[in-house]
Amino acid sequence: MRRERAPLAIGVLATVGAAFFIVPLVGLIVRTPWHDAVQSLTSADTLEALKLSLEASLSATALALVLGVPLAWIYARVEFPGRTVLRALTTLPMVLPPVVGGIALLLAFGRRGLLGSWLDSTFGITLPFTTAGVVMAETFVAMPFLVLTVEAGLRSMDRRYEEAARALGARRWTIFTRVTLPLIAPSLFAGAVLCWARALGEFGATITFAGNFPGVTQTMPLAVYLLLQTNPESSFVLSLVLLAVSLLVLIGLRNRWLGSA
Amino acid sequence: MLMRVPSLVAIALVVAACGSTGGTAAGSPASLNGSMNIFAAASLTDSFNALGKSFHQAHPSVALFINFAGTPTLVTQIEQGAQADVFASADTANMDKLNADGFTAGSSQVFAHNKLEIVVAPGNPKGINGLADLAKPGVIYITEGSSVPAGKYALQALATAGVKVTPKSLETDVKSVVAKIELGEADAGIVYTTDVRAAGSNVQGVQVPDVVNVIATYPVVTVKGSKNLDIAHAFITYVVSADGQSTLASFGFQHA
Repeated sequence: MRRERAPLAIGVLATVGAAFFIVPLVGLIVRTPWHDAVQSLTSADTLEALKLSLEASLSATALALVLGVPLAWIYARVEFPGRTVLRALTTLPMVLPPVVGGIALLLAFGRRGLLGSWLDSTFGITLPFTTAGVVMAETFVAMPFLVLTVEAGLRSMDRRYEEAARALGARRWTIFTRVTLPLIAPSLFAGAVLCWARALGEFGATITFAGNFPGVTQTMPLAVYLLLQTNPESSFVLSLVLLAVSLLVLIGLRNRWLGSA
Repeated sequence: MLMRVPSLVAIALVVAACGSTGGTAAGSPASLNGSMNIFAAASLTDSFNALGKSFHQAHPSVALFINFAGTPTLVTQIEQGAQADVFASADTANMDKLNADGFTAGSSQVFAHNKLEIVVAPGNPKGINGLADLAKPGVIYITEGSSVPAGKYALQALATAGVKVTPKSLETDVKSVVAKIELGEADAGIVYTTDVRAAGSNVQGVQVPDVVNVIATYPVVTVKGSKNLDIAHAFITYVVSADGQSTLASFGFQHA
């Protein structure tokens, strides 16, 4: 490929554009008090938030896999009226302000919510202010990333392997588990990682729907936000941890999803 | 050109007339113009909106912007460089912090007091009659985080009353607590008397006896670096004036 020289204007604007993202990261790194970073990271509160964040985000990813892969399969393989609208509705949280998602979850699954009131009166289950509520909020916001990634994988896979399996007498469920899933493994992996990263960073829907209590619903992003008011230095350290995780996710997915540079 | 002079004079007179009548209402002359950013505690939402409205009527050429949030959030915003002219705090601790960190101009002035009240759903379905009832099994109690003044006061009141209760959530400000009671997600919360009054018939208040209650003190100050100190001082003067105090009283605040 021929090397191209950028016009000056494009070069300047692109530099400003790149700096816009890099300067905040540098700010975070420069202002982080490295001398007590270890202390900030190993304080009981931080470890509690970290543990809860890992548990909740992994649970949300598992839930998204169980519910999202079938949804992606339906979108990719079944023609039915309203499919486009349904897909738009189920991927809405990708662009919806998370706090709006949190309010919607309250109105649906809260104690007075459409389904929540029935859950409460029939089973005595209330979701707000519980870790289950955190998992729900995270799944709500993060699952669309998995669904779209897996759907793209299903659409681009070579379907002749499925046809061969069918011709050899395999049943539909067997084809799905033994042929389809292994073939789309890279998409499954990429979708799950993206979903997990989004769940790990979830803030708005979580604080709105699940509230904020250490060890129960206070995840890392909530802890970072609240620490900024009481102990800014610790919040810088935790921010950096979340930043590193996000960066690792992007680097890990570089070839699979974002195209290699 | 000559024709336009009388109309300009007329407009000037109308403006002056409006200004002077309004000026009398707020007790200061209407020579101010510009804009001002007020950073006020969440519990001041309704009262400061009303105060801002009447101040704007008195000074029509002053544009007022009020930013409401939990007091510690406001302190963080100001310390991170937000353009604030006036800071109204829900406690003295956060005011002292802002002052110690060098972000205040001049000394603060106490303009109101408030006290705690338990907020419950209308009709008080869980039969909450005092702080001790918050610990009853089956009651979902929520409060504010301890960095929020109301949350700190709530802890003090509960300690004085000898009540041990674990909240289900530590919300970021009083209005979030009231909202979750209104939505029915929680059964009881501790907020200010003024918040219960502001929510009207959507909630109900349960008094906290004076012996265990905490009196909240609200100080206000001008912020260092403000380019609108004249307006900021005029606003604070208005807040502590008889007019301002009666507006605050109408929202349930006690006189400074």
